Amino acid sequence: MIAVIDYKAGNLTSVMKAMHAVGADAVVTFDPDVVMYADKLVLPGVGHFSATAFLQEHGLRQAIEERVDTGTPFLGICVGLQWLFAGSTEAPDTAGFNVFPGHCERFSEGIKVPHVGWNSIQVSESRLLQGISNGVFVYFTHSYRAPIVHGTVAVTEYDSPFTAAVERDNIMGVQFHPEKSGAIGLQILENFVRLT
Amino acid sequence: MTLTKRIIACLDVNAGRVVKGVQFVDIVDAGDPAELARRHAEAGTDEIVLLDITATHEKRRTLIDTVVRTAKQLFIPFTVGGGIRTIDDAAAIFDAGADKVSINSAAIARPELIGEIGSRYGAQAAIVAIDARRGKSNSDPIANAEVFVNGGRKPTGRKVLDWAKEAESRGAGEILLTSMDADGTRGGFDCKLTALVSEAVNIPVIASGGAGTADHFADVLLEGKADAALAASIFHFGIANVRELKEEIAKRGVPVRLPC
Repeated sequence: MIAVIDYKAGNLTSVMKAMHAVGADAVVTFDPDVVMYADKLVLPGVGHFSATAFLQEHGLRQAIEERVDTGTPFLGICVGLQWLFAGSTEAPDTAGFNVFPGHCERFSEGIKVPHVGWNSIQVSESRLLQGISNGVFVYFTHSYRAPIVHGTVAVTEYDSPFTAAVERDNIMGVQFHPEKSGAIGLQILENFVRLT
Repeated sequence: MTLTKRIIACLDVNAGRVVKGVQFVDIVDAGDPAELARRHAEAGTDEIVLLDITATHEKRRTLIDTVVRTAKQLFIPFTVGGGIRTIDDAAAIFDAGADKVSINSAAIARPELIGEIGSRYGAQAAIVAIDARRGKSNSDPIANAEVFVNGGRKPTGRKVLDWAKEAESRGAGEILLTSMDADGTRGGFDCKLTALVSEAVNIPVIASGGAGTADHFADVLLEGKADAALAASIFHFGIANVRELKEEIAKRGVPVRLPC
């Protein structure tokens, strides 16, 4: 069973629909006990980085930490990816999960924000992106971007390059929305669902 | 790696049926929004907008059912507009499976609605639709373009530029700008008005109204500085499908999602 963690930031309908489309047995939950026995964890999220404070306040952060430390696959989507970093200038008082170093920052002045639409990604060796070709298009919608780090497995560019996907062992994240990225997105979700 | 310009298909729906823009010759049921949306997505359309033009109170249940059915097999961005007056209306549409909502008259009547949707669902989920008509005065008809509401029937006395900027400051994620002068003419988008609005705000602008040829799309995405272009019947322009449309506009130097 896959736990799709609800931290009251945005709408999970699309994510659940896509999970079911790739054959996943997924449930929406904000109960740490459910997180403790799920086989895989998904942290979606659109909206403000400060919403991730909910994870700390409701014992979810600790549950997630315990599970990923024992190898449970984890996928963060959009703000869920940003949470894997040290933090974000969007909410300086809210700590990230700090798996990857550095802070997410707002796109620079002079370009339109949010970065909305289909952009292509350059991918490197990754379990999550297995079978995904260089240059495929995926759908983004966000105003803050994550830095490129050791662990970045896909890069895209809007004004300047930034992280489109990260992966370290069982911990993965995508800045784009696989649930809204057509067949490519579903393939990425299926890769995650099939991880053993 | 470049952010591509989006080609958006709009389905105008009345009482659960698509009322204009019959597109696929081999389609079983050309009036079914779920079927049409799925076909558009398969053909390579970047995004789907479903606009409910019924918008009468007793038909809201039909709309929710339509949104649920349409969203079910759609894995590209899906926006729903028409008759959304309150945060509860918006919530019902999101719960039914929409990714964004488009608000128009209700945003003019109560601009706080933009921020309410944004704070609950993220700014990217709140699209403000503006129906614009060029000003009557000869001095500067574009800068004096006026916002109309109630399906274009009622003038508001507000300038399009001012309202677009206010919508942005209140947290709109995108602006859907329809030129009432160009709409239905198939004579091309209003590139000048679109460019003026697009340069005045720092959020994406979707151009709508007047699409007739592939060149019209390229024009508004280049000279019009639009981030996306929307049409209700994008396969009526002497081209077989959206892929051909994209290939045509790519030749003009517009970055598009190809292959799609």
